[in-house]
Amino acid sequence: MRWFWIDRFLEFECGRRAKAIKNISLAEEHLQDHFPGYPVMPASLIVEGVAQTGGLLVAQCSDFREKVVLAKISSARFYAEATPGDSLVYTAVIEALQKDGASVRATVHRNEELLAELQLMFAHLNGDFADKMLFKPKTLLFWLRALGTFQVGRLPDGSPLQEPEWMRQAEITTPD
Amino acid sequence: MPSKEEIFAKVQAALVDALGVDEEEVTPEATLVGDLGAESIDFLDIVFRLEKTFDIKIPQGDLVPQDILTNAQYVKDGKLTPEGLTALRQRIPFVNLDKFAENPVVQDFPNVMTVGDICRYVEMKLGV
Repeated sequence: MRWFWIDRFLEFECGRRAKAIKNISLAEEHLQDHFPGYPVMPASLIVEGVAQTGGLLVAQCSDFREKVVLAKISSARFYAEATPGDSLVYTAVIEALQKDGASVRATVHRNEELLAELQLMFAHLNGDFADKMLFKPKTLLFWLRALGTFQVGRLPDGSPLQEPEWMRQAEITTPD
Repeated sequence: MPSKEEIFAKVQAALVDALGVDEEEVTPEATLVGDLGAESIDFLDIVFRLEKTFDIKIPQGDLVPQDILTNAQYVKDGKLTPEGLTALRQRIPFVNLDKFAENPVVQDFPNVMTVGDICRYVEMKLGV
């Protein structure tokens, strides 16, 4: 199983806001144990999906060059359970962005119903981690493509978000 | 222009939200790291909240002068040199550094800043 907790981007407004969908399936292994006979999507994995939505949005601001990690869940409030068959929409909005990181406000909706509200902090890894790699560029590019990032992504001027050239180059030159 | 009391109340609310502490704990004398348990990422959170609350811009290093504390020119054997202390005083005049200056071990710096210092910084920014 890959650690992918969103299925596709619905909207991706660079530097501002992203919306992603997560379809919950009874086939997801963790739902067999959480809980036996009463499958409920763990709130922690919803947070992870929201963090992936917001984290990629923040990473795009540096053309995906900064190593963006979830550093703090400032707040997370859940109002209802999510269960198999639900399509959750995660909306992440960048509230503040600085060289060291970003603050993101997010919501989780099931249709019109508000399921959760979150406030997350992301950090740009630097200092001791400057030369470490979180993802191989081609792995990250694969993921961004799979999420439809470049189909829906729009730059502030409305033009389409292109695949970063440095990642395309790395894809060509990096062996498997 | 907000009064000093209003600034304190807003700083207090920002710290309660950022650090998950009780309002009573956020006194002017409380240190951010030692008393309120702030970690490094919390300082960025606090900066963002102050910017939003007071509609001010806080440049990097303005509140937490990490560049001075990690500058080899200013640090010797883990302590700030007299030049380093001078640079620090100039950068953060809103913090009382007298006690820290007696034995300026860089590692101890995070324990220096208090809630009152944050308030004085905001007052300075707003010209109160």
